Amino acid sequence: MNAPLRRAGIVIMVLFGLLFANLNWVQAYKADEYRTSGFNSRVQVAEYDRQRGVIEAGGEALAESVATNDQLKYRRTYPLKQPYAHVIGYKPVNLGATGIERSENDFLSGESDKLFADRVKDMFTDDDTGGGNVLLTLNRRAQEVAYEQLTKNNGGVDRGAAIAIDPRTGAVQALVSMPSFDPNPLADHATKKAQAAYDELLKAENGPLKNRALSEVLPPGSTFKIVMAAAALENGITKETSIPAGSTYTAPTSGAPIRNAAPSICPESQVTLAEAVRESCNTGFARLGVELGADKLKATAAKFGFGQDAELTVGNLTGGGLPVAASETGAIQGPDGQDDPGALAQSSIGQREVRMTPLQGAMIAAAVANDGKQMQPYLVQRLLGPDRRQIDSASPKVLREPITPQVASDLRDMMKLVVENGTGRNAAINGFQVGGKTGTAQTGVTKNIGWFIGFAIDDKGQPVSAVCVVLEDYGDGGSAEAARIAGRIMRAAAGRGGD
Amino acid sequence: MPRTHRNAELAMLLFAMALVAVYAATVEATVLETLTPRFWVPTALLTALFVALHMVVRFLAPYADPVLLPAVALLNGIGVAYLRRVDLARAEPDERIDLGLFSGVGGRQLAWTLLSLILAGVLLAVIRDHRIVSRYAYTLGLIGIVLVMLPAVLPASISEVNGAKLWIRFGGFSIQPGEFAKLALVSFFAYYLVRKREVLSLASKRFLGIDFPRGRDLGPIVAVWLFSLLVLVFEKDLGTALLYFGLFIVTLYIATERSSWLIIGLLLFFGGVYLAYVLGASVGGPFRNFYDRAQIWLNPFEGERPFNESYQLVQSLLGLGTGGLFGTGPGGGQPRFIPEVEDDFIFAGLGEEIGLFGLSALLVIYFLVVSRGLRAALAVRDSFGKLVAGGLAFTMGLQVFVIVGGVTGLIPLTGQTTPFLSAGGSSLMANWLLIAMLLRISDAARRPATGAAGGPAAAPGAKQPPAQLHGAATEVIR
Repeated sequence: MNAPLRRAGIVIMVLFGLLFANLNWVQAYKADEYRTSGFNSRVQVAEYDRQRGVIEAGGEALAESVATNDQLKYRRTYPLKQPYAHVIGYKPVNLGATGIERSENDFLSGESDKLFADRVKDMFTDDDTGGGNVLLTLNRRAQEVAYEQLTKNNGGVDRGAAIAIDPRTGAVQALVSMPSFDPNPLADHATKKAQAAYDELLKAENGPLKNRALSEVLPPGSTFKIVMAAAALENGITKETSIPAGSTYTAPTSGAPIRNAAPSICPESQVTLAEAVRESCNTGFARLGVELGADKLKATAAKFGFGQDAELTVGNLTGGGLPVAASETGAIQGPDGQDDPGALAQSSIGQREVRMTPLQGAMIAAAVANDGKQMQPYLVQRLLGPDRRQIDSASPKVLREPITPQVASDLRDMMKLVVENGTGRNAAINGFQVGGKTGTAQTGVTKNIGWFIGFAIDDKGQPVSAVCVVLEDYGDGGSAEAARIAGRIMRAAAGRGGD
Repeated sequence: MPRTHRNAELAMLLFAMALVAVYAATVEATVLETLTPRFWVPTALLTALFVALHMVVRFLAPYADPVLLPAVALLNGIGVAYLRRVDLARAEPDERIDLGLFSGVGGRQLAWTLLSLILAGVLLAVIRDHRIVSRYAYTLGLIGIVLVMLPAVLPASISEVNGAKLWIRFGGFSIQPGEFAKLALVSFFAYYLVRKREVLSLASKRFLGIDFPRGRDLGPIVAVWLFSLLVLVFEKDLGTALLYFGLFIVTLYIATERSSWLIIGLLLFFGGVYLAYVLGASVGGPFRNFYDRAQIWLNPFEGERPFNESYQLVQSLLGLGTGGLFGTGPGGGQPRFIPEVEDDFIFAGLGEEIGLFGLSALLVIYFLVVSRGLRAALAVRDSFGKLVAGGLAFTMGLQVFVIVGGVTGLIPLTGQTTPFLSAGGSSLMANWLLIAMLLRISDAARRPATGAAGGPAAAPGAKQPPAQLHGAATEVIR
């Protein structure tokens, strides 16, 4: 029996030899690849040896790293907490980062190729020069007014969003999602506490982690009539053309009758297009949509960005940014793909399957204000090295030209009527020409959603701000409150004080 | 009086404990950046325990192999020290300095060590002649099969941990019955094969220069093969199946000296594994788990896998890779990034901190333990003892291969414990019982021939070995 025992010993020796050979493969040959692998969280810990750059707006630090005395040498802090949380995001130790913290991570951490010179210098001096600094486009006054007005809205609702952009450049002036959260606990170095804080936010009612301004799609209601009006103007109708209206309208084949928000709105059989926009005439736009047809409606909506922006990010114009949900018009067809006038009539007033992000709303208003040129929205204005030398500066880009300057001008006139003497009076600001459109959307599940999209033009004729405000689950008066908040934000963005 | 080498054992034991103390001190110096005045307490307790077992060996098995105990004590000690290091990593930074010596997995492991050593001592005291065990062979065989099959028939809520049904859990307490089963099964196989080896050695056909057994003698091997496949499918565990099957094939081979058994066994096993893989890919059902594991093993870094199903293996490889040749030093790694680091993945966690060199040293120690077990098998004079010692030693080697191969990506990963290192009472107790048995057999093997005659007589009142083994005990060894 001893010969087989000896052979069993040889088998064990061979097996252990295989283990040893494989360990050499893993720990010697592949060691560098594994050490620096993107899946290796230890890489992240090494990041904390270098002071991460500052994210700032208007000369104020929104995210900065302060020295600690534990193993991770710097702790990320967010001094202004909630109002900026959805833009800045957070950079936890062992959770995924979000926001600008995620999209500008390479630059902030100092790993970016743009900071190559600093790394080379570090090799000679044996220093750990900090990462780069990111300057945002945010207007601090507008951002704080937006946060305060939204969270203290008169209806006391908990969910909503506001976004303001400069129509001339696409620079985001304010971006707020409600409810918000304090990102500081997520960056706690005690990872259990950070995880607990994150789990709590995940479970929290109303999803505070969600960036509603960019990634929530809701039925736009009557704000969508601006897209409809643009389609009409492109198809030979002028703002003075009379269109059929009436107190109710039932589409030829099917569907429930469409009514106006109040009996006093366009009961007459004909109103002008401008009048239909001013008083938000549902029957007029439903008939208009059925007359134009689904294809023209979808074509115009696509030019404004509906169904186009699944790849769009808001951040750096030459790199990544915060993800954006795609706005959609839906198929506007019957179940078998045939034309469906009932669906078309409802889609024409921003119901049915039409869905829009607050960003899309602001971009519609911005294109109207900017003579038909829709600029690509962005948040990163400048990148500065650790020594604050300028490394990169945003150069605004035209994203699309959805409408001609003439159509834009007509739309501006009609939208100004809405604020001067229509449903959007609350948005008016002294010394500015303000235009806009309200919207009240039914979800069928919660109370009505209040919308306002609009723009402000200063006394030199420059469009200074375009804005979209949405208040979810508000019920009656939501769009009027949204208009009031939008006015405050635009006034702050134009540099005329917040309140 | 022949030399017993007991003093050499004590000296090696103390040296091993000195290494453990240095390891524990380095951990504290790195993690806490200071050396607490009580860093030596766990090591001192371990030393006291091992020295106590050494005293038991001195009196009850004076001729036992002197290398086994110190080698295993070193593994056990490094295990306890590393588990305390894991506790430190898991505590919040400001609580680390005050972390209790007996809290956490490290403290529990210390308690399990105490219990395990008591069991080992009791085994040495009760079983004064290993041949007595053969008396209870059939009982042990039945117990072994029940222990293996128990988790498979119990509902998953009680028996499943991380996709493998290997456990029995009640309350906050869980045991792995399979750990104990291997002891019982080795004894049963050994007894069965000693009795049947004549029949099983009969060759009927010579094919390609190899003698193949008669068809009707294939019964037992086919039964064990089916049994292993059932384990593979229902307990979702390739490692355990490989362990039992390998154990049986090797004892069969040792008993019969017919390499044809080895070839049949290997063909059956790899055929079965391949069949399970193919069935997993096409039929799914109970075979699916094995197929998934094979896929993870083949391409751990593919697509989204590193975040989902291959997360454990990927983090294990990254930990090992980060350690590199020399490691980050005890306490210098990041064990919290390696999942199940106190259990299945302790080898990866250690690998990050002690590097390729440290792990190679651990492998050498394991190899030393296994080869000392095989040496006892070679030297002992009775067939039963040979088969038990050979089977136990080989099983331990195979288990180390299965788990270390799994966490390093050499073979598909399966949930086995790393003997003496992994946290957990079942594994520690079962493996110390195994070592006690090897000590007992090596004692018999190294006892001078004059003493052998007095062996059974030295324990008056002890049960006499069954008659049929007497022939085997005096058989001329080839």
